[in-house]
Amino acid sequence: MEKVVLGNHAVSYGVLVSRVQTISAYPITPQTLIVERLSEMVADGELDAIFTKVESEHSALASAIGSSSVGARAFTATSSQGLALMHEMIHWASGARLPIVLANVNRAMAPGWNIWTDQNDSLSCRDTGWMQIYCQNNQEVLDSIIMGYKVSEQVLLPTMVCLDAFVLSHTAENVDIPEVKLVDKYLPPYKLEIKMDIDDPHSFGALSSPENYMEFRYKMQEAMDKAEDIIIKEGKEFEKIFGRKYGMVEEYRTEGAEIILVATATIASTAKASIDSLRAKGINIGLLRLRVFRPFPVKDVVRVLLNKKKAIVIDRNISYGKSGIFFDEIKGAFYNIEGDKPKIFGYIAGLGGRDVTPEAISDMVDDAMRKDKPEKDIIWSGVKL
Amino acid sequence: MIEILIHGRGGQGGVKASLSLASAAAKAGKHVQSFPEFGVERRGAPVKAFNRISDEPIVIRSKIYNPDHVVVLDPTLIQSINITEGLKKGGWIIINTDKNPGDFKEFCKNYKVATINAKEIALRNRLGSRAAPIVNTAILGAVIKVLKVSDKESLAIAIKEFVPVKREENVKAAYEAYDEVVFEGEV
Repeated sequence: MEKVVLGNHAVSYGVLVSRVQTISAYPITPQTLIVERLSEMVADGELDAIFTKVESEHSALASAIGSSSVGARAFTATSSQGLALMHEMIHWASGARLPIVLANVNRAMAPGWNIWTDQNDSLSCRDTGWMQIYCQNNQEVLDSIIMGYKVSEQVLLPTMVCLDAFVLSHTAENVDIPEVKLVDKYLPPYKLEIKMDIDDPHSFGALSSPENYMEFRYKMQEAMDKAEDIIIKEGKEFEKIFGRKYGMVEEYRTEGAEIILVATATIASTAKASIDSLRAKGINIGLLRLRVFRPFPVKDVVRVLLNKKKAIVIDRNISYGKSGIFFDEIKGAFYNIEGDKPKIFGYIAGLGGRDVTPEAISDMVDDAMRKDKPEKDIIWSGVKL
Repeated sequence: MIEILIHGRGGQGGVKASLSLASAAAKAGKHVQSFPEFGVERRGAPVKAFNRISDEPIVIRSKIYNPDHVVVLDPTLIQSINITEGLKKGGWIIINTDKNPGDFKEFCKNYKVATINAKEIALRNRLGSRAAPIVNTAILGAVIKVLKVSDKESLAIAIKEFVPVKREENVKAAYEAYDEVVFEGEV
Protein backbone atom coordinates (compact mmCIF):
# COMPACT_ATOMS: atom_id res chain seq x y z
CA MET A 1 0.00 0.00 0.00
CA GLU A 2 1.48 3.36 -0.97
CA LYS A 3 1.06 6.20 1.49
CA VAL A 4 2.58 9.61 2.07
CA VAL A 5 4.29 9.26 5.44
CA LEU A 6 6.86 11.02 7.62
CA GLY A 7 10.25 9.41 8.10
CA ASN A 8 9.37 8.84 11.74
CA HIS A 9 6.18 7.02 10.79
CA ALA A 10 8.10 4.99 8.19
CA VAL A 11 10.03 3.62 11.18
CA SER A 12 6.76 2.82 12.98
CA TYR A 13 5.40 0.98 9.91
CA GLY A 14 8.69 -0.90 9.60
CA VAL A 15 8.29 -2.05 13.19
CA LEU A 16 4.64 -3.01 12.56
CA VAL A 17 5.33 -5.19 9.53
CA SER A 18 8.35 -6.78 11.24
CA ARG A 19 5.96 -8.10 13.93
CA VAL A 20 8.04 -6.58 16.71
CA GLN A 21 6.97 -7.95 20.10
CA THR A 22 8.24 -5.32 22.55
CA ILE A 23 8.63 -1.57 22.28
CA SER A 24 10.45 0.40 24.97
CA ALA A 25 9.55 4.05 24.67
CA TYR A 26 10.94 7.30 25.98
CA PRO A 27 10.27 10.56 24.13
CA ILE A 28 12.82 12.97 22.69
CA THR A 29 12.58 15.47 19.85
CA PRO A 30 12.68 14.69 16.94
CA GLN A 31 12.08 10.98 17.58
CA THR A 32 8.88 11.08 19.64
CA LEU A 33 6.51 10.57 16.69
CA ILE A 34 7.99 7.09 16.15
CA VAL A 35 6.92 5.71 19.52
CA GLU A 36 3.75 7.83 19.58
CA ARG A 37 2.51 6.15 16.38
CA LEU A 38 3.59 2.75 17.74
CA SER A 39 1.58 3.35 20.91
CA GLU A 40 -1.49 3.95 18.73
CA MET A 41 -0.82 0.79 16.72
CA VAL A 42 -0.59 -1.27 19.92
CA ALA A 43 -3.64 0.42 21.49
CA ASP A 44 -5.70 -0.19 18.32
CA GLY A 45 -4.71 -3.85 18.28
CA GLU A 46 -2.96 -3.40 14.93
CA LEU A 47 0.33 -4.55 16.45
CA ASP A 48 0.47 -7.37 18.98
CA ALA A 49 3.29 -6.06 21.14
CA ILE A 50 4.06 -5.03 24.70
CA PHE A 51 4.49 -1.23 24.82
CA THR A 52 6.53 -0.17 27.84
CA LYS A 53 6.90 3.45 28.90
CA VAL A 54 10.14 3.83 30.80
CA GLU A 55 11.75 6.60 32.83
CA SER A 56 14.84 7.29 30.71
CA GLU A 57 16.65 6.26 27.56
CA HIS A 58 19.04 4.18 29.64
CA SER A 59 16.03 2.22 30.85
CA ALA A 60 14.56 2.09 27.35
CA LEU A 61 17.50 0.10 26.06
CA ALA A 62 17.82 -1.89 29.29
CA SER A 63 14.20 -2.92 28.86
CA ALA A 64 14.82 -3.88 25.22
CA ILE A 65 17.83 -5.92 26.36
CA GLY A 66 15.61 -7.78 28.84
CA SER A 67 12.96 -8.51 26.20
CA SER A 68 15.48 -9.61 23.63
CA SER A 69 17.21 -11.88 26.19
CA VAL A 70 14.05 -13.90 26.69
CA GLY A 71 13.56 -14.27 22.96
CA ALA A 72 11.28 -11.39 22.00
CA ARG A 73 11.83 -9.22 18.92
CA ALA A 74 12.63 -5.89 20.59
CA PHE A 75 12.62 -2.29 19.36
CA THR A 76 13.43 1.12 20.75
CA ALA A 77 14.08 4.56 19.31
CA THR A 78 16.02 7.62 20.39
CA SER A 79 18.05 10.60 19.30
CA SER A 80 21.10 12.63 20.29
CA GLN A 81 21.22 13.22 24.07
CA GLY A 82 19.01 10.16 24.53
CA LEU A 83 21.45 7.94 22.67
CA ALA A 84 24.26 9.38 24.76
CA LEU A 85 22.40 8.47 27.95
CA MET A 86 21.94 4.94 26.60
CA HIS A 87 25.64 4.52 25.97
CA GLU A 88 26.37 2.01 28.74
CA MET A 89 23.50 -0.17 27.55
CA ILE A 90 24.60 0.26 23.92
CA HIS A 91 27.74 -1.72 24.76
CA TRP A 92 25.69 -4.19 26.77
CA ALA A 93 23.26 -4.97 23.92
CA SER A 94 26.04 -5.83 21.48
CA GLY A 95 28.23 -7.57 24.06
CA ALA A 96 25.27 -9.75 25.07
CA ARG A 97 24.81 -10.45 21.32
CA LEU A 98 21.19 -9.34 21.20
CA PRO A 99 19.61 -8.60 17.80
CA ILE A 100 17.78 -5.43 18.87
CA VAL A 101 16.93 -2.83 16.22
CA LEU A 102 17.12 0.80 17.34
CA ALA A 103 16.04 3.78 15.26
CA ASN A 104 18.20 6.81 15.90
CA VAL A 105 17.07 10.15 14.52
CA ASN A 106 20.42 11.85 13.86
CA ARG A 107 20.41 15.06 15.87
CA ALA A 108 23.35 17.26 16.88
CA MET A 109 24.77 16.99 20.39
CA ALA A 110 24.43 19.86 22.89
CA PRO A 111 25.62 22.39 23.83
CA GLY A 112 24.68 24.61 22.02
CA TRP A 113 21.27 23.13 22.34
CA ASN A 114 20.18 22.02 18.89
CA ILE A 115 17.44 19.74 17.61
CA TRP A 116 18.59 19.60 13.98
CA THR A 117 20.56 16.97 12.16
CA ASP A 118 24.15 15.79 12.23
CA GLN A 119 25.79 12.43 12.83
CA ASN A 120 27.95 12.92 15.90
CA ASP A 121 25.38 11.19 18.12
CA SER A 122 25.42 7.82 16.37
CA LEU A 123 29.05 8.01 15.25
CA SER A 124 30.01 8.30 18.92
CA CYS A 125 28.77 4.68 19.05
CA ARG A 126 31.24 3.64 16.35
CA ASP A 127 33.20 1.21 18.52
CA THR A 128 30.31 -0.45 20.32
CA GLY A 129 29.70 -3.46 18.07
CA TRP A 130 26.43 -2.18 16.58
CA MET A 131 25.79 -2.29 12.88
CA GLN A 132 24.85 1.15 11.57
CA ILE A 133 22.75 2.02 8.53
CA TYR A 134 22.39 5.62 7.23
CA CYS A 135 19.22 6.17 5.20
CA GLN A 136 18.60 8.57 2.31
CA ASN A 137 14.79 8.45 2.10
CA ASN A 138 11.74 7.27 4.00
CA GLN A 139 11.36 4.10 1.96
CA GLU A 140 14.88 3.08 2.90
CA VAL A 141 14.07 3.84 6.54
CA LEU A 142 11.14 1.42 6.53
CA ASP A 143 12.98 -1.25 4.54
CA SER A 144 16.08 -0.99 6.75
CA ILE A 145 14.06 -1.81 9.87
CA ILE A 146 12.90 -5.07 8.25
CA MET A 147 16.35 -5.92 6.89
CA GLY A 148 17.88 -4.87 10.22
CA TYR A 149 16.05 -7.65 12.03
CA LYS A 150 16.81 -10.15 9.26
CA VAL A 151 20.55 -9.50 9.45
CA SER A 152 20.81 -8.94 13.22
CA GLU A 153 19.02 -12.19 14.04
CA GLN A 154 21.55 -14.12 11.94
CA VAL A 155 24.76 -12.54 13.23
CA LEU A 156 23.50 -11.73 16.75
CA LEU A 157 24.56 -8.12 16.76
CA PRO A 158 22.15 -5.17 17.10
CA THR A 159 21.38 -2.70 14.32
CA MET A 160 21.06 1.08 14.53
CA VAL A 161 18.96 2.52 11.70
CA CYS A 162 19.79 6.22 11.35
CA LEU A 163 17.62 8.89 9.77
CA ASP A 164 18.30 12.62 9.56
CA ALA A 165 16.38 14.86 11.96
CA PHE A 166 13.61 16.80 10.17
CA VAL A 167 15.08 16.21 6.69
CA LEU A 168 13.61 12.70 6.98
CA SER A 169 11.96 12.49 10.39
CA HIS A 170 9.48 15.31 9.71
CA THR A 171 9.33 15.11 5.92
CA ALA A 172 6.50 13.16 4.34
CA GLU A 173 6.92 11.40 1.02
CA ASN A 174 5.66 8.42 -0.97
CA VAL A 175 6.37 5.16 0.84
CA ASP A 176 5.31 1.67 -0.11
CA ILE A 177 4.23 -0.10 3.06
CA PRO A 178 4.50 -3.83 2.36
CA GLU A 179 1.83 -6.25 3.53
CA VAL A 180 2.76 -8.09 6.73
CA LYS A 181 2.18 -11.41 4.93
CA LEU A 182 4.77 -10.45 2.32
CA VAL A 183 7.22 -9.46 5.05
CA ASP A 184 6.57 -12.84 6.72
CA LYS A 185 8.02 -14.51 3.61
CA TYR A 186 11.24 -12.57 4.16
CA LEU A 187 11.50 -12.33 7.92
CA PRO A 188 10.82 -15.53 9.88
CA PRO A 189 9.88 -15.40 13.59
CA TYR A 190 12.79 -14.61 15.94
CA LYS A 191 14.16 -17.74 17.54
CA LEU A 192 16.98 -17.25 20.02
CA GLU A 193 18.85 -20.47 20.66
CA ILE A 194 20.25 -19.56 24.04
CA LYS A 195 17.79 -17.42 25.96
CA MET A 196 16.82 -16.55 29.49
CA ASP A 197 14.37 -19.26 30.45
CA ILE A 198 13.32 -20.05 34.01
CA ASP A 199 12.82 -23.69 33.01
CA ASP A 200 16.33 -23.92 31.60
CA PRO A 201 18.50 -21.64 33.72
CA HIS A 202 21.89 -20.32 32.62
CA SER A 203 24.11 -17.49 33.83
CA PHE A 204 24.11 -14.36 31.71
CA GLY A 205 26.59 -11.52 31.93
CA ALA A 206 28.63 -13.36 34.51
CA LEU A 207 32.20 -12.47 35.40
CA SER A 208 34.37 -12.98 32.37
CA SER A 209 38.02 -13.28 33.34
CA PRO A 210 41.08 -12.43 31.25
CA GLU A 211 41.09 -16.16 30.38
CA ASN A 212 37.99 -15.88 28.22
CA TYR A 213 36.98 -12.20 27.71
CA MET A 214 39.15 -11.80 24.64
CA GLU A 215 37.49 -14.75 22.87
CA PHE A 216 34.09 -13.05 23.27
CA ARG A 217 35.52 -9.98 21.55
CA TYR A 218 37.06 -12.13 18.82
CA LYS A 219 33.63 -13.60 18.16
CA MET A 220 32.02 -10.16 17.94
CA GLN A 221 34.53 -9.16 15.28
CA GLU A 222 33.94 -12.45 13.50
CA ALA A 223 30.20 -11.68 13.51
CA MET A 224 30.86 -8.21 12.06
CA ASP A 225 32.94 -9.76 9.25
CA LYS A 226 30.13 -12.20 8.53
CA ALA A 227 27.60 -9.36 8.66
CA GLU A 228 28.98 -7.77 5.49
CA ASP A 229 28.22 -10.90 3.42
CA ILE A 230 24.83 -11.30 5.06
CA ILE A 231 23.84 -7.67 4.44
CA ILE A 232 24.68 -8.16 0.75
CA LYS A 233 22.88 -11.53 0.58
CA GLU A 234 19.79 -10.27 2.41
CA GLY A 235 19.74 -7.14 0.25
CA LYS A 236 19.46 -9.37 -2.83
CA GLU A 237 16.79 -11.51 -1.17
CA PHE A 238 14.88 -8.34 -0.28
CA GLU A 239 15.01 -7.16 -3.89
CA LYS A 240 13.54 -10.47 -5.09
CA ILE A 241 10.49 -10.07 -2.84
CA PHE A 242 10.01 -6.29 -2.67
CA GLY A 243 11.72 -5.05 -5.85
CA ARG A 244 13.97 -2.56 -4.07
CA LYS A 245 17.76 -2.90 -4.08
CA TYR A 246 20.05 -2.32 -1.10
CA GLY A 247 23.69 -3.15 -0.45
CA MET A 248 26.60 -1.86 1.59
CA VAL A 249 26.95 1.12 -0.74
CA GLU A 250 25.11 2.70 -3.64
CA GLU A 251 26.83 3.92 -6.79
CA TYR A 252 25.35 6.71 -8.89
CA ARG A 253 26.79 7.55 -12.32
CA THR A 254 30.25 6.23 -11.35
CA GLU A 255 30.85 4.68 -14.79
CA GLY A 256 33.71 6.45 -16.51
CA ALA A 257 34.02 8.91 -13.64
CA GLU A 258 37.40 10.41 -12.76
CA ILE A 259 36.13 12.09 -9.61
CA ILE A 260 33.90 10.44 -7.02
CA LEU A 261 31.86 12.32 -4.48
CA VAL A 262 31.40 10.29 -1.30
CA ALA A 263 28.48 11.10 1.00
CA THR A 264 25.97 9.52 3.33
CA ALA A 265 22.32 9.85 4.38
CA THR A 266 20.27 12.69 2.86
CA ILE A 267 23.30 14.68 1.68
CA ALA A 268 24.01 11.75 -0.65
CA SER A 269 20.46 12.01 -2.00
CA THR A 270 20.75 15.75 -2.68
CA ALA A 271 24.20 15.13 -4.18
CA LYS A 272 22.58 13.18 -7.01
CA ALA A 273 21.05 16.44 -8.24
CA SER A 274 24.53 18.03 -8.09
CA ILE A 275 26.06 15.09 -9.99
CA ASP A 276 23.45 15.49 -12.74
CA SER A 277 24.20 19.18 -13.19
CA LEU A 278 27.99 18.66 -13.05
CA ARG A 279 27.74 15.81 -15.56
CA ALA A 280 25.70 18.11 -17.82
CA LYS A 281 28.66 20.52 -17.73
CA GLY A 282 30.92 17.71 -18.95
CA ILE A 283 32.57 16.90 -15.61
CA ASN A 284 33.23 13.16 -15.22
CA ILE A 285 31.93 12.75 -11.70
CA GLY A 286 29.91 10.10 -9.90
CA LEU A 287 28.60 9.44 -6.41
CA LEU A 288 29.41 6.74 -3.89
CA ARG A 289 26.86 6.63 -1.10
CA LEU A 290 27.99 4.74 1.97
CA ARG A 291 24.83 3.14 3.34
CA VAL A 292 26.38 0.91 5.98
CA PHE A 293 29.00 2.36 8.32
CA ARG A 294 29.52 -0.70 10.52
CA PRO A 295 30.66 -3.08 9.23
CA PHE A 296 32.65 -0.59 7.16
CA PRO A 297 32.43 -1.25 3.40
CA VAL A 298 36.20 -1.38 2.81
CA LYS A 299 35.93 -3.61 -0.27
CA ASP A 300 33.39 -1.38 -2.00
CA VAL A 301 35.22 1.82 -1.09
CA VAL A 302 38.49 0.51 -2.55
CA ARG A 303 36.79 -1.00 -5.61
CA VAL A 304 35.00 2.24 -6.50
CA LEU A 305 37.73 4.74 -5.62
CA LEU A 306 40.89 2.95 -6.78
CA ASN A 307 42.27 4.40 -10.05
CA LYS A 308 40.12 7.51 -9.70
CA LYS A 309 41.84 10.90 -9.67
CA LYS A 310 40.02 12.39 -6.72
CA ALA A 311 37.58 11.42 -4.00
CA ILE A 312 35.59 14.20 -2.35
CA VAL A 313 34.17 13.14 1.00
CA ILE A 314 31.42 15.15 2.69
CA ASP A 315 31.08 14.56 6.42
CA ARG A 316 28.14 15.82 8.49
CA ASN A 317 30.16 15.04 11.60
CA ILE A 318 33.58 15.69 13.08
CA SER A 319 36.10 13.88 15.22
CA TYR A 320 37.67 16.84 16.99
CA GLY A 321 41.43 16.80 16.71
CA LYS A 322 41.33 14.59 13.62
CA SER A 323 38.88 15.10 10.74
CA GLY A 324 35.53 14.07 9.35
CA ILE A 325 34.85 10.48 10.44
CA PHE A 326 33.94 8.93 7.09
CA PHE A 327 36.92 10.73 5.53
CA ASP A 328 39.23 9.20 8.10
CA GLU A 329 37.84 5.70 7.60
CA ILE A 330 38.12 5.97 3.81
CA LYS A 331 41.71 7.18 4.01
CA GLY A 332 42.50 4.30 6.37
CA ALA A 333 40.97 1.78 3.96
CA PHE A 334 43.62 2.66 1.36
CA TYR A 335 46.77 2.58 3.46
CA ASN A 336 47.82 -1.00 2.73
CA ILE A 337 46.39 -1.08 -0.78
CA GLU A 338 48.70 -1.16 -3.82
CA GLY A 339 47.77 0.77 -6.93
CA ASP A 340 46.75 4.19 -8.13
CA LYS A 341 45.10 5.75 -5.11
CA PRO A 342 42.90 8.83 -5.36
CA LYS A 343 43.65 12.15 -3.72
CA ILE A 344 41.11 12.26 -0.91
CA PHE A 345 39.53 15.61 0.04
CA GLY A 346 37.56 15.88 3.30
CA TYR A 347 34.82 18.50 3.66
CA ILE A 348 32.83 19.14 6.79
CA ALA A 349 29.35 20.48 6.11
CA GLY A 350 25.85 20.73 7.52
CA LEU A 351 26.63 20.42 11.24
CA GLY A 352 23.70 21.17 13.55
CA GLY A 353 21.29 20.99 10.64
CA ARG A 354 22.82 23.70 8.47
CA ASP A 355 21.25 23.14 5.07
CA VAL A 356 23.39 21.40 2.45
CA THR A 357 22.09 22.51 -0.95
CA PRO A 358 23.04 21.17 -4.40
CA GLU A 359 24.89 24.48 -4.92
CA ALA A 360 26.92 24.00 -1.72
CA ILE A 361 27.87 20.50 -2.91
CA SER A 362 28.87 21.83 -6.34
CA ASP A 363 31.02 24.48 -4.59
CA MET A 364 32.88 21.72 -2.71
CA VAL A 365 33.47 19.89 -6.00
CA ASP A 366 34.71 23.11 -7.65
CA ASP A 367 37.07 23.70 -4.76
CA ALA A 368 38.53 20.18 -4.96
CA MET A 369 38.89 20.43 -8.74
CA ARG A 370 40.96 23.59 -8.44
CA LYS A 371 43.47 21.91 -6.11
CA ASP A 372 46.07 19.25 -6.97
CA LYS A 373 45.84 17.69 -3.56
CA PRO A 374 44.24 18.51 -0.20
CA GLU A 375 46.38 20.79 1.93
CA LYS A 376 44.86 19.60 5.18
CA ASP A 377 42.50 16.93 6.49
CA ILE A 378 39.59 19.29 7.13
CA ILE A 379 38.10 21.71 4.63
CA TRP A 380 35.14 23.54 6.15
CA SER A 381 32.16 24.17 3.91
CA GLY A 382 30.12 27.29 4.53
CA VAL A 383 31.49 28.11 7.97
CA LYS A 384 31.19 31.79 8.97
CA LEU A 385 34.41 33.09 10.48
CA MET B 1 9.27 19.36 -10.49
CA ILE B 2 7.38 22.22 -8.89
CA GLU B 3 8.02 23.69 -5.46
CA ILE B 4 5.23 25.26 -3.43
CA LEU B 5 5.47 27.34 -0.27
CA ILE B 6 2.46 27.65 2.02
CA HIS B 7 2.46 30.76 4.25
CA GLY B 8 0.28 30.51 7.34
CA ARG B 9 0.19 31.24 11.03
CA GLY B 10 1.02 28.71 13.75
CA GLY B 11 -2.11 26.71 14.53
CA GLN B 12 -3.82 27.54 11.25
CA GLY B 13 -3.15 24.15 9.70
CA GLY B 14 -0.53 24.98 7.08
CA VAL B 15 1.40 21.80 7.82
CA LYS B 16 -1.73 19.68 7.52
CA ALA B 17 -2.59 21.47 4.27
CA SER B 18 0.89 20.64 2.96
CA LEU B 19 0.51 16.97 3.96
CA SER B 20 -2.96 16.72 2.41
CA LEU B 21 -1.74 18.38 -0.79
CA ALA B 22 1.19 15.95 -0.99
CA SER B 23 -1.10 13.00 -0.43
CA ALA B 24 -3.58 14.25 -3.05
CA ALA B 25 -0.76 14.64 -5.59
CA ALA B 26 0.64 11.20 -4.71
CA LYS B 27 -2.78 9.65 -5.28
CA ALA B 28 -2.74 11.29 -8.72
CA GLY B 29 0.53 9.43 -9.42
CA LYS B 30 3.07 12.09 -8.46
CA HIS B 31 6.23 11.87 -6.41
CA VAL B 32 5.96 14.24 -3.47
CA GLN B 33 7.67 15.75 -0.46
CA SER B 34 5.95 17.72 2.30
CA PHE B 35 7.84 19.31 5.15
CA PRO B 36 7.42 22.06 7.73
CA GLU B 37 9.86 24.77 8.59
CA PHE B 38 12.28 22.65 10.61
CA GLY B 39 12.16 23.42 14.28
CA VAL B 40 9.75 25.20 16.54
CA GLU B 41 6.44 26.89 15.82
CA ARG B 42 4.49 29.41 17.85
CA ARG B 43 0.74 29.80 17.68
CA GLY B 44 -0.11 32.90 15.67
CA ALA B 45 3.42 33.53 14.40
CA PRO B 46 4.14 33.29 10.66
CA VAL B 47 5.01 29.71 9.69
CA LYS B 48 5.86 28.03 6.41
CA ALA B 49 5.21 24.58 4.98
CA PHE B 50 6.72 23.27 1.77
CA ASN B 51 5.85 20.87 -1.04
CA ARG B 52 7.79 19.37 -3.90
CA ILE B 53 5.70 17.62 -6.55
CA SER B 54 7.27 15.83 -9.49
CA ASP B 55 6.70 13.20 -12.18
CA GLU B 56 10.11 11.73 -11.32
CA PRO B 57 11.46 10.46 -7.97
CA ILE B 58 12.67 13.45 -5.92
CA VAL B 59 16.30 13.30 -4.76
CA ILE B 60 16.84 16.86 -3.60
CA ARG B 61 16.41 17.18 0.18
CA SER B 62 17.56 20.69 0.97
CA LYS B 63 15.08 23.42 1.82
CA ILE B 64 13.06 25.42 -0.72
CA TYR B 65 14.41 28.93 -1.28
CA ASN B 66 12.90 29.75 -4.66
CA PRO B 67 9.37 28.35 -4.81
CA ASP B 68 7.50 28.19 -8.09
CA HIS B 69 4.24 29.17 -6.35
CA VAL B 70 3.05 30.40 -2.97
CA VAL B 71 -0.19 29.88 -1.06
CA VAL B 72 -1.24 32.43 1.56
CA LEU B 73 -3.61 31.11 4.23
CA ASP B 74 -3.92 34.42 6.10
CA PRO B 75 -4.16 37.68 4.11
CA THR B 76 -2.84 39.74 7.05
CA LEU B 77 0.55 38.08 6.45
CA ILE B 78 0.94 40.23 3.34
CA GLN B 79 1.45 43.28 5.60
CA SER B 80 3.83 41.60 8.03
CA ILE B 81 6.16 39.47 5.86
CA ASN B 82 7.41 39.47 2.28
CA ILE B 83 5.32 36.63 0.88
CA THR B 84 7.05 36.86 -2.53
CA GLU B 85 10.57 36.41 -1.14
CA GLY B 86 12.42 34.08 -3.50
CA LEU B 87 9.26 33.42 -5.55
CA LYS B 88 10.07 32.68 -9.18
CA LYS B 89 8.85 35.24 -11.69
CA GLY B 90 5.56 34.21 -13.27
CA GLY B 91 4.61 32.04 -10.29
CA TRP B 92 1.12 31.86 -8.83
CA ILE B 93 0.16 33.53 -5.57
CA ILE B 94 -3.01 31.90 -4.24
CA ILE B 95 -4.52 34.00 -1.45
CA ASN B 96 -7.35 33.38 1.01
CA THR B 97 -9.10 36.76 0.80
CA ASP B 98 -12.45 38.42 0.10
CA LYS B 99 -10.73 40.61 -2.51
CA ASN B 100 -10.19 39.96 -6.22
CA PRO B 101 -6.87 39.34 -8.03
CA GLY B 102 -7.02 42.84 -9.50
CA ASP B 103 -6.85 44.29 -5.97
CA PHE B 104 -3.29 42.96 -5.59
CA LYS B 105 -1.68 45.30 -8.11
CA GLU B 106 1.66 45.12 -6.29
CA PHE B 107 1.95 41.42 -7.23
CA CYS B 108 0.46 41.51 -10.71
CA LYS B 109 3.58 42.82 -12.43
CA ASN B 110 5.79 39.82 -11.75
CA TYR B 111 3.36 37.12 -10.68
CA LYS B 112 -0.08 35.69 -11.32
CA VAL B 113 -2.68 36.08 -8.58
CA ALA B 114 -5.61 33.80 -7.72
CA THR B 115 -8.02 34.60 -4.90
CA ILE B 116 -10.41 32.44 -2.94
CA ASN B 117 -12.65 33.42 -0.06
CA ALA B 118 -11.75 30.33 1.94
CA LYS B 119 -12.85 31.96 5.19
CA GLU B 120 -16.41 32.43 3.91
CA ILE B 121 -16.46 28.85 2.56
CA ALA B 122 -15.18 27.49 5.88
CA LEU B 123 -17.88 29.34 7.85
CA ARG B 124 -20.55 28.24 5.37
CA ASN B 125 -19.49 24.65 6.11
CA ARG B 126 -19.25 25.23 9.88
CA LEU B 127 -15.48 24.72 9.95
CA GLY B 128 -14.08 26.71 12.84
CA SER B 129 -15.39 30.00 14.20
CA ARG B 130 -15.57 33.53 12.76
CA ALA B 131 -12.49 34.44 14.80
CA ALA B 132 -10.63 31.28 13.83
CA PRO B 133 -12.06 29.77 10.63
CA ILE B 134 -10.42 26.55 9.44
CA VAL B 135 -9.33 27.43 5.92
CA ASN B 136 -6.57 24.90 5.29
CA THR B 137 -8.72 22.31 3.55
CA ALA B 138 -10.86 24.72 1.54
CA ILE B 139 -7.86 26.47 0.04
CA LEU B 140 -6.56 23.16 -1.34
CA GLY B 141 -9.51 23.03 -3.75
CA ALA B 142 -8.25 26.31 -5.20
CA VAL B 143 -4.66 25.06 -5.24
CA ILE B 144 -5.36 21.93 -7.28
CA LYS B 145 -7.59 23.88 -9.67
CA VAL B 146 -4.93 26.49 -10.39
CA LEU B 147 -1.75 24.39 -10.15
CA LYS B 148 -3.25 21.17 -11.60
CA VAL B 149 -1.14 18.97 -9.32
CA SER B 150 -4.01 16.63 -8.49
CA ASP B 151 -7.71 16.09 -9.07
CA LYS B 152 -10.80 16.61 -6.91
CA GLU B 153 -11.35 12.91 -6.16
CA SER B 154 -7.75 12.38 -5.02
CA LEU B 155 -7.96 15.51 -2.88
CA ALA B 156 -11.14 14.23 -1.22
CA ILE B 157 -9.42 10.96 -0.27
CA ALA B 158 -6.37 12.85 1.02
CA ILE B 159 -8.45 15.22 3.16
CA LYS B 160 -10.36 12.31 4.69
CA GLU B 161 -7.01 10.69 5.50
CA PHE B 162 -5.47 13.70 7.25
CA VAL B 163 -8.45 15.50 8.77
CA PRO B 164 -9.70 13.84 11.95
CA VAL B 165 -13.19 15.44 12.20
CA LYS B 166 -15.95 16.83 9.93
CA ARG B 167 -14.46 14.99 6.98
CA GLU B 168 -17.45 15.46 4.64
CA GLU B 169 -17.66 19.19 5.44
CA ASN B 170 -13.95 19.62 4.74
CA VAL B 171 -14.25 17.85 1.40
CA LYS B 172 -17.29 19.95 0.50
CA ALA B 173 -15.38 23.13 1.37
CA ALA B 174 -12.51 22.08 -0.88
CA TYR B 175 -14.90 21.32 -3.73
CA GLU B 176 -16.57 24.71 -3.32
CA ALA B 177 -13.18 26.43 -3.39
CA TYR B 178 -12.37 24.50 -6.56
CA ASP B 179 -15.43 26.05 -8.19
CA GLU B 180 -15.15 29.53 -6.66
CA VAL B 181 -11.44 30.38 -7.05
CA VAL B 182 -10.98 33.60 -9.07
CA PHE B 183 -8.09 34.12 -11.45
CA GLU B 184 -7.44 35.72 -14.78
CA GLY B 185 -6.01 34.18 -17.91
CA GLU B 186 -4.68 30.73 -18.54
CA VAL B 187 -3.62 28.51 -15.69
